[in-house]
Amino acid sequence: MVLETPVLIIGGGITGVGLARDLALRGVSCLLVERRDICAGASGANHGLLHSGARYVRSDPVAAVECREESALLKSLAPHCIEDTGGLFVAVAGDDEQYVAEFPGSCARCGIGCQAISVAEAREMEPVLSDRLIAAFRVEDASVDPFHLALDNLAEALELGGRVLLHTRLTGFIIENRRICGARLRHDRTGKEVVVEAGLVVNAAGAWAREVAGLAGIDIDLLYSKGSLLITDQRITHRVVNRLRPASDADILVPGGTVSILGTTSIPINALDRIVPTVEESDAIIHMASAMVPSLQTTRFIRAYAGVRPLVGSRSLKDGRALSRGFALMDHAADGLDNFVSIAGGKLTTYRRMAERTADLVCRKLGVARSGLTRVKPLTACAANQWTAAGLSPRLWMKARKPEDLLLCECEMVPASAVDAVIAGIHQQGGTSDLYAIGRRSRIGKGTCQGAFCGVRICAYLYDRGDLVGREGLTDLRSFLSARWRGMRPILWDAALRQEELQEALHCGYFGLELEGRP
Amino acid sequence: MTDPARIACDVCVVGSGMAGMSAALFAANRGLATVLVGRTGEIIFATGLLDLLGVHPLEEGKTWSDPWAGVAALVKDLPRHPYARLAAGEIRAAFDELLRFFEANGLAYAGHPERNVAVPTAVGTLKTTYRVPRTMWQAVAARERRASCRLVDIQGLKGFSARQIADTLGPVWPGLQTARVVYPDTHAASEVFAERLARSLELDRNRGKFAEALAPHVKGVDAVGLPAILGISRPVHVMQDIERRLGVALFEIPTMPPGATGLRLKEAFESGLGDCGVRLLLENRVFRAVDDSSGGFLIEAGRSDAEHLIAATSVILATGRFMGGGLQADRRGVRESLFDLPVHQPEGRDGWHRQDFLDPKGHPVNRAGLEIDDSFRVLAASGRPAHAHLFAAGSILAHQDWIRMKCGAGLAIATAYGAVQGAVKALKAQGPPLRRF
Repeated sequence: MVLETPVLIIGGGITGVGLARDLALRGVSCLLVERRDICAGASGANHGLLHSGARYVRSDPVAAVECREESALLKSLAPHCIEDTGGLFVAVAGDDEQYVAEFPGSCARCGIGCQAISVAEAREMEPVLSDRLIAAFRVEDASVDPFHLALDNLAEALELGGRVLLHTRLTGFIIENRRICGARLRHDRTGKEVVVEAGLVVNAAGAWAREVAGLAGIDIDLLYSKGSLLITDQRITHRVVNRLRPASDADILVPGGTVSILGTTSIPINALDRIVPTVEESDAIIHMASAMVPSLQTTRFIRAYAGVRPLVGSRSLKDGRALSRGFALMDHAADGLDNFVSIAGGKLTTYRRMAERTADLVCRKLGVARSGLTRVKPLTACAANQWTAAGLSPRLWMKARKPEDLLLCECEMVPASAVDAVIAGIHQQGGTSDLYAIGRRSRIGKGTCQGAFCGVRICAYLYDRGDLVGREGLTDLRSFLSARWRGMRPILWDAALRQEELQEALHCGYFGLELEGRP
Repeated sequence: MTDPARIACDVCVVGSGMAGMSAALFAANRGLATVLVGRTGEIIFATGLLDLLGVHPLEEGKTWSDPWAGVAALVKDLPRHPYARLAAGEIRAAFDELLRFFEANGLAYAGHPERNVAVPTAVGTLKTTYRVPRTMWQAVAARERRASCRLVDIQGLKGFSARQIADTLGPVWPGLQTARVVYPDTHAASEVFAERLARSLELDRNRGKFAEALAPHVKGVDAVGLPAILGISRPVHVMQDIERRLGVALFEIPTMPPGATGLRLKEAFESGLGDCGVRLLLENRVFRAVDDSSGGFLIEAGRSDAEHLIAATSVILATGRFMGGGLQADRRGVRESLFDLPVHQPEGRDGWHRQDFLDPKGHPVNRAGLEIDDSFRVLAASGRPAHAHLFAAGSILAHQDWIRMKCGAGLAIATAYGAVQGAVKALKAQGPPLRRF
């Protein structure tokens, strides 16, 4: 089977879906392929921090200014994905006082708002802060829901005629006369193969950009840095809290809805297989972050997760193709392929700008004379994508007063009607309505039970709806629980270990799911 | 605060799960003055199925149809497993004694002589177990004779889909039909709970209405499967009454916990143990337990503060694992909660759990626990008994993985039996007559 498209985008992270929307708004059709699911890489494994830019004022003023501009834009264009929490930078006894003293000046040079406040004020604003604080500043950090943001970008692109293929793997390129004439794709579950003939191919595969470029015989200098983060079971602060010191491990606490996210580590890695948070990392994060917030030593954590930051290496940067130290846009005409472009690196906060610059290049190469609209056009809020927000579905459920709308997830209070809406959205994206996909688009599996109970209830519901048949539910439940496990393993002590024991008693003791994997 | 009431006894059992309740029964049956102290107990999560041994060795996932042969193989391969402290005859005697007690208290059990059975679960797998509540027996028997059956689920009972169970069981139990009914007098389609339905079926008129709701779905089938909602205190009576009205055999499948199945065990124990003379301090927690000067124990227990001071010659610790509270874990290690006894455990938290949740080999931390001698006396770090009269039973014991070996009930019952035997022996060795309340 052959599909034709003016632009093929490889990668369903925030950059890829942002590009799909940008191009769609310019009237350029595109097809986006994603090997797994939306935000399966770093876009779904970060703090959800909308940077004010203050973090980079010393190390990378260009990136700092970009963050300042982009976060201001997103706050006005996509307010439904953002919680404008505000942020603090705090230093504790022993931190570099010279660095602290220079911080307001550095912010001012980048045009970034930064207001010195007293330690007492800071502790009044966030009572969990350490009594060993020596300095505090207010900044304009905020938290953003990367799933919601990505799904709404995708939804708008689809609405405007874009297409998407999820769970579809790129297996190779057909190259003739300096051009990619075809991209070979294979659906991961059905095994179905298609060739896509595209006018232009954009590699937006994030950490996997090097592998994608490699299939075209091009080497991108990409370094990988693994970062692990922890999620607390309750929200610990109202605002983002940053440690005021040169970028280091465990220096940020970002609130998001009903939880807080604590991170991160930074470990250079060479391979992309098995990116999981470890026990050692979780202990290190807690130990270091407790200098800012001592109660983290005894806080209950819900889970951990890990992502890979793709960092553009010096070889690819040296060519002068980098637009900033944050991200690199590469026109591979210079490498002998005229219709192939890669976009790599960058931050969640600056995704719109990365997508815009990439779309500018794509249009230039395709001879399309239309300028971008994402700087002025608000992101359309799509109802099917709202369910990732913590606290939303309980509010709606209480308001609707429909007792027959059963709460399938009791920890996060997600009713059957929300599951129906999420499934409708998945079907629009051509995805499969399995537990994993439903979990990524809602709060399901994210509460204290971590899917142990809601997984079973939703599995039963999926059979009743006809989404699951035969023995599919066992496979689905097994893979859902296994995926949740990777994030549970590093934080299993005290209450979380008690919960885990109950989960194991149910899924292994009663259901015997561990015995169902035998050939 | 008034002074706590003093209670003297031969044995104080701490813990109200299957192990603690069984230990109290065995102790009372042997004439010991017995006090049982425990919180709600994890027994409310029980399916009611009594496992003896299902899987060994875990690496091979070998499932035993003859559990006694399985126990023999296990004891040979894993000499530190608690089963290795008992003769097969003692494990049988423990089961027999407990099953007689259950039967006398409204919970009849069934099974094949000398054999394990396979029962359907709420997700449609088949679970290997040893003895099943009489209300679940037709699930075994009907499948074995390939009878035509219909599974019926209840509108609003979450996590129990007849369609899922029938679809998933398809390869091993073909031709299962399904239906869904609205439970009589429930608000159309709103949520219903297994415990509430089970309690409602204790009443004759509710059984009549429920039978009417089921009637359209029993034609042409030999047996009808339901979620486990057939009563709490008299499930066999409830089942037989509805069977009589419908003219068809019924069976239950355990629901997601907590459901009716766990409550049946809890209530049977609570009423039956009282009748046996056990002094029950339920919903009580132990605040402090210390050796007294005379070689016994002083235990402070109560609901919110120390209302009772129990003077016990011996203590049987049946406090369970993490869920039950017998063991506690922080980031550095696993501790025993009451006496701070040494806990056998993997070194370092990174060694507690495997990378894959469903790894058939099981997680090493699940084999952490207390070390005991052949009399079920808890061992101190020295390897000698921590105290002449301190025993342990149930899942708190080291060197077992009850979840994956499918030996939970057997472990609880058999080690309770062993611990009581140990306590009796130690009391006799001490000489003076047993204390009475």
